[in-house]
Amino acid sequence: MAENNKKLNEIGLSRSDYKGKPSTLCLGCGHNAIVGQIIAACHELNIPPESLIKISGIGCSSKAPTYFMERSFGFNGLHGRMPSLATGALFGDTTLLGIGVSGDGDTASIGMGQFKHVTRRNLPLLYIVANNGVYGLTKGQFSATAEEGLALKKQGQNRYVPVDIVWEAIAGRASFVARSFSGDPQQLKSLIKAGLHHKGIAVIDVISPCVTFNNQDESFHSYAWGKSHEVALHELSFVPPVRAIKVQYAKGETLEVPMYDGTHIILKKLAQDYEPTNRAKALQMLEEANDRNELITGLIYINPKQKSLFDLYDLPETPLNRLSADRLRPSRESLDEINQLMY
Amino acid sequence: MAETNTKTKPPQRRLSGVNEFSINIGTANGSGSQTANLTLLRAIFKMGIPVSGKNIFPSNIQGLPTWYKIRVSQAGYAGRRKEADVVVAMNPDTFTADQDDLVEGGLFLYDEAIKDQIDRDDMILAAMPIKEILREAKPHKDLRKLVANMVYVGVLANLLGIEMEPIEQALDFHFKGKKSPVEFNLKVIQLAFEWAEENLDLNLPYKIERRELTENAILVDGNTAGALGSIYGGFHFAAWYPITPATSLPEAMLQYAPKLRVDPETGKNTYAIVQAEDELAALGMVVGAGWAGLRAMTATSGPGLSLMAEYTSLAYFAEIPIVVWVVQRVGPSTGLPTRTAQGDINLSYYLGQGDTQHILLIPGPVSECFEFGWKALDLAEKYQTAVFVLSDLDLGKNQWMTEPFEYPDRPIERGKILWEEDLEKIKDDWGRYKDIDGDFIPYRTVPGNRHPNSAYFARGTGHDDYANYSEHPRDWEKNLNRIKNKVDSSRQDLPGPVIIKQRGAKHGLIAFGSTDAAVKEALDYLKQDGIKLNYLRLRALPPAQEVLDFIRKHEKVYVLENNRDGQMHSILSLELPGKADDLVSLAHIDGLPLNAEWIRESILQEENL
Repeated sequence: MAENNKKLNEIGLSRSDYKGKPSTLCLGCGHNAIVGQIIAACHELNIPPESLIKISGIGCSSKAPTYFMERSFGFNGLHGRMPSLATGALFGDTTLLGIGVSGDGDTASIGMGQFKHVTRRNLPLLYIVANNGVYGLTKGQFSATAEEGLALKKQGQNRYVPVDIVWEAIAGRASFVARSFSGDPQQLKSLIKAGLHHKGIAVIDVISPCVTFNNQDESFHSYAWGKSHEVALHELSFVPPVRAIKVQYAKGETLEVPMYDGTHIILKKLAQDYEPTNRAKALQMLEEANDRNELITGLIYINPKQKSLFDLYDLPETPLNRLSADRLRPSRESLDEINQLMY
Repeated sequence: MAETNTKTKPPQRRLSGVNEFSINIGTANGSGSQTANLTLLRAIFKMGIPVSGKNIFPSNIQGLPTWYKIRVSQAGYAGRRKEADVVVAMNPDTFTADQDDLVEGGLFLYDEAIKDQIDRDDMILAAMPIKEILREAKPHKDLRKLVANMVYVGVLANLLGIEMEPIEQALDFHFKGKKSPVEFNLKVIQLAFEWAEENLDLNLPYKIERRELTENAILVDGNTAGALGSIYGGFHFAAWYPITPATSLPEAMLQYAPKLRVDPETGKNTYAIVQAEDELAALGMVVGAGWAGLRAMTATSGPGLSLMAEYTSLAYFAEIPIVVWVVQRVGPSTGLPTRTAQGDINLSYYLGQGDTQHILLIPGPVSECFEFGWKALDLAEKYQTAVFVLSDLDLGKNQWMTEPFEYPDRPIERGKILWEEDLEKIKDDWGRYKDIDGDFIPYRTVPGNRHPNSAYFARGTGHDDYANYSEHPRDWEKNLNRIKNKVDSSRQDLPGPVIIKQRGAKHGLIAFGSTDAAVKEALDYLKQDGIKLNYLRLRALPPAQEVLDFIRKHEKVYVLENNRDGQMHSILSLELPGKADDLVSLAHIDGLPLNAEWIRESILQEENL
């Protein structure tokens, strides 16, 4: 591990340069695994930490940005309102990468409105939901993704059917939708990499067990259930352009998804034949998997060509926040003209 | 004291004659009367006579009664007058009620198709054969209803002496030079003019006579002025959600920014405007943008402002510059969405959980909506905090005569932002919330700065000088007190009060915002009544030293405002608790702009006269 930390990437940074403050989450919390994979992915992708911003809402999940990439700007905002904060912030400099970290309460309860609208606008943002079905910071209440019938210590049984974040993201026209599991770090890392190279919103719903309040073996959001019910759609790898030739798969076994920037996602088929490019088929596949009581993981839907929010705004190459003040104020003559027009 | 309290009412003052009268036009909402009303207003303005227009409209798209009040005033009075000298009755539903507001001997001009009873015998009556005139004009059937209103424009032009050339200019302006609607509307106006010439011989005391009193003035609404002020203030980012009566501000930005804010070098936009899904998201985007170094703003009204509380509190505590235009309407709750008030002073001043207090700019004349538009953006960045611009429906949505917009007299001020080269010089001694200069204002970096020391973690939770999470009592107290001192230190930097003194006055009057016009008119009347008052128009909170001195120097100070509880009176009482007994609240709200008569009567009563 120590060895790993010292290894320099192509921009001369070690993994330690991607670390944040020590985690104050519970030992074994699924969110720590997410943090670890974000660090690994950004290190391996050679992302300068200053070129990325991290934004979150409120909750255990939303504490996570403190624990990775200390050299990146971060903003721990309001409960359920991370998407709007990220939208405004990324307008400041559209060359920045954005990672939004949210939770199931933050996204599927209080923040459902902003979640649906940020997917609709296709903001270039890696939107990670650390989904554990439970409110941790307030100590163990049901979240909107908790399954019907789940029993929690002080809450009794959950009366309501759950919200499926992946389903909502697809219905909300998100251009990249995936599900992963904190217990499947390799897949999670590949999805994070792919998401960071996607030009638009990349939603990854990560089942991330809460070891303190919701890790009973039979619970949908537990390690045990996840491990025994996970069905990966494919073996997924993210390929930067320079290495593309090195990867060899037998014909017919793989599907290549070209990204806007020349990178590729390579999906190697597993048990089922699934192409993640059709919204209706994605929903059908999810519904059938639910009936079979499976935890489907992998890239569920992608449209790399959908226009991003910033494609709609004809902004200058110089980031807005670096435009000099004199370029922001129209001329004195133009105001004279307006005064003439105002009767 | 209500307007209907007639017992102590002094005799009504006659404000009727050449270039000094009011017209009240009653129509149904959605009938296209706005074009006709603005044509009258603009034509009178073009004839050089000060004029103002107030749209008293319902919360409705089509069918409910709406009124347009035009006040022609050579003396320059722009406040609302309750009574009218001329009533145009186009709406059968309000036909009876519209007669009530007419002065004795006033002109009651109505659509002859309305067969309702005429209740008064002290009015000059004239029935317009609208159908007949339209039959002659032969409009397309889709246009019939819309051009019907042009009939009263033509009749009034004839009766009052409004010239045809300025009418044509007004139409040309309204239809942006499109020939066919200008010609057609003009045709109806001319036919109506001719009909009046041949059929009416009323010898009215009300006349328009050309003057040269509007040459150095413009006619515009406050929301357009605020939008332009923001554009010239170099806003980068605006997010908003539709709400009456604020909507026309961002809409004016959408109209003007594409013309004014395209970079001449690159042809690209130097701004972005996003219509958000609600006010929570609108302000969330603005806070994100402000954090990222954009001059960011929104515009809203009471209900939207309530939704913005949590993000405002975050902006205050995380020290993010934001500008919020509050175009006030009547609350509580949904209240009267299309009526005016000054009822969100407290809400704006203290918005957010915990100890919060914000900078408020309060424009009076519409020219200040422009001026405060750019100043607000400077102040927000300078003090790294929320700045509210408090307008209202009367100011924002109505047409006012005002001074031409003045080009900003100083360059854009971005405040203490550190870029890569700045950090190189500072080296290690940088903390986001560290008060390096001893002026309570820390330095900030913004995302996109690529220096390895640039980043910090913004948060709404407790933090130390270096933006690290902290629950330490000492950190909390020090930080929150610094923020308080920071906002407080802006007092002398904000637009100062405008004071008009009268020799020998012992009592003072404080007012602010859109009531200015009515106050000035009332002060003239009070002078005739033998009452002298020094008048201070407050333009910002927290109040400047001059405001406090003004209160200290007077035996008694009236605080006049358009709300129920005297919110500004309370704020000023808290500023000077020792003088609170000498501050007298004159607060009134019924949905309409305060008028000079009410102000005069209230003060006469207080002065025991």
